[in-house]
Amino acid sequence: MSASINMVALGTIVRREVSRITRIWTQTLIPPAITMTLYFVIFGKLVGSRIGTMHGFTYMQYIVPGLVMMSIITNSYGNISSSFFGAKFQRFVEEMLVSPMPNWVMLSGYVIGAVVRGVVVGALVLVIALFFTDLHITHWAITFFSVLLGATVFSLAGFVNAMFAKKFDDIALVPTFVLTPLTYLGGVFYSIDLLGEPWHTMSQVNPILYMVNAFRYGVLGVSDVDVVTAFAVMLAFVVGLTVIALVLLRRGAGLRS
Amino acid sequence: MSAPALQVNDLRKTYGNGVEALKGISLTVQPGDFFALLGPNGAGKSTLIGILSSLVNATGGEAEIFGVSVHRNRSAAMQLIGLVPQELNFNQFEKPIDICVNQAGFYGIGRKTATERAEKYLKELRLWDKAHMQARTLSGGMKRRLMIARAMMNEPRLLILDEPTAGVDIEIRRSMWQFVSAINAAGTTVILTTHYLEEAEQLCRNIAIIDHGKIVENTSMKNLLSKLDVESFVLDVASMPAELPTIEGVTLRRVDDHTLEAEMARSHDLNSLFGVLTQRGVVVTSMRNKTNRLEELFVRLVEHGREVAA
Ligand SMILES: Nc1ncnc2c1ncn2[C@@H]1O[C@H](COP(=O)(O)OP(=O)(O)O)[C@@H](O)[C@H]1O
Ligand SMILES: [Mg+2]
Repeated sequence: MSASINMVALGTIVRREVSRITRIWTQTLIPPAITMTLYFVIFGKLVGSRIGTMHGFTYMQYIVPGLVMMSIITNSYGNISSSFFGAKFQRFVEEMLVSPMPNWVMLSGYVIGAVVRGVVVGALVLVIALFFTDLHITHWAITFFSVLLGATVFSLAGFVNAMFAKKFDDIALVPTFVLTPLTYLGGVFYSIDLLGEPWHTMSQVNPILYMVNAFRYGVLGVSDVDVVTAFAVMLAFVVGLTVIALVLLRRGAGLRS
Repeated sequence: MSAPALQVNDLRKTYGNGVEALKGISLTVQPGDFFALLGPNGAGKSTLIGILSSLVNATGGEAEIFGVSVHRNRSAAMQLIGLVPQELNFNQFEKPIDICVNQAGFYGIGRKTATERAEKYLKELRLWDKAHMQARTLSGGMKRRLMIARAMMNEPRLLILDEPTAGVDIEIRRSMWQFVSAINAAGTTVILTTHYLEEAEQLCRNIAIIDHGKIVENTSMKNLLSKLDVESFVLDVASMPAELPTIEGVTLRRVDDHTLEAEMARSHDLNSLFGVLTQRGVVVTSMRNKTNRLEELFVRLVEHGREVAA
């Protein structure tokens, strides 16, 4: 297949994914905006006023990057797992499977669509945050790439989840039992410097910690972890999950009998 | 010599659950042919089509589309195929126009050409007035036609239809066949599976009958029909004779007070039958073939295959 043919196919999937996000915007964009507004009101304003500063920032300022990253992660993951599983469930994934499109094009198309969802929701949450507090982005490039990589990691993870899923419950399981706990323990609401041992060390095996802190470093200029390490962790996850997804696609796991 | 549209060699498939769906199938379909694949439910037709369209991985054997291996050169082989699957498999919440344009996109066809083609084929399949409605609002027959339009988006050299008329009423079936016949006349090779044997008889030039994952017959339609040596007729009669006459070479059977059935060799003439009936004062008001001839043959072949297998 020539490059231009692949680009047309890729563009087709991305367009379809983006139009899905806008078509069902009451499911894709509004709920995260409402949830995050509640977080800002309850944790930032009510609870935060009693907590005081953290790393020299008001508690509200401190949790905004964490909550934005949390929105990006959950929405990228949720987008790709429900969209790709939906395609499997309704069987229209076969439209792509019988076409000449190579696997990597299909994977890229879905990942780009999910990253778009994560980024749009993240931007929305950031705008809402500006109603509650002042924010200046310290390092633009780090902010940008941490968003991109964080969203990509969880898009890939959501895709792998959808490939294994046989029923809708299977794609709800991981967010409930893995994603949410890891996010809450990933330094969204606190600096892990506040934790004693062994919790401080144990927190460091949580990949979400690195994404939240890379992004927080980009926005506020403070981080609990080394930023280079954070980017290395994210890159390693991108590479690892891409390989897993492509191997599964090559085998046709859950797709071709 | 140009490569055959389809060349299948010793194709085998055993599913994960141990079901041996194909037990070594070999077939050749020539370019331009209109080819029927017949067989009872569970015979392995959809499995074969699944392998050709890369939805099912073969356990053994080879399949080539116009000389291109489905296994070794999947992308190139898929460019040549259009598939109308047995089960509905489009997004029910999408519009027919988008379903068609997107399908073209997956084949690398730009939006301008894709939109033109979508309009052309949706019009030809009489779906244009529904093009901008959600697909789930279409009737059963319309959904089937939508899948044909979608399969045409890459203007395939080989169009494969897996029971496209199952559950579709007669009028829509006819219009579908008109469309497919025209596509075939314009040069596209067509392979179809159907349960309506009469259609296969009317439309197809060549035929393979598959049963229990094996080909039990593979020949031209003409040749196959000429093999059928016994014919049955149903006669509507004004009155029934008290006793059925004996006619050499003809088996007569009384169905009800106004219906007779006559079975005889194909070579046997009808004159002696009518002669005797006339003599007995039996007035025949009308006459027709008892069943579709192909259907009879089909049943026989499948039964024969079973006996051999047993
Ligand atoms: N995905 C599958 N997994 C396991 N067995 C299957 C699968 N698909 C079909 N079969 C079995 O393979 C055999 C052939 O089925 P199929 O190819 O659908 O036949 P047909 O299309 O001629 O009705 C049947 O026994 C069927 O139950
Ligand atoms: Mg079938």
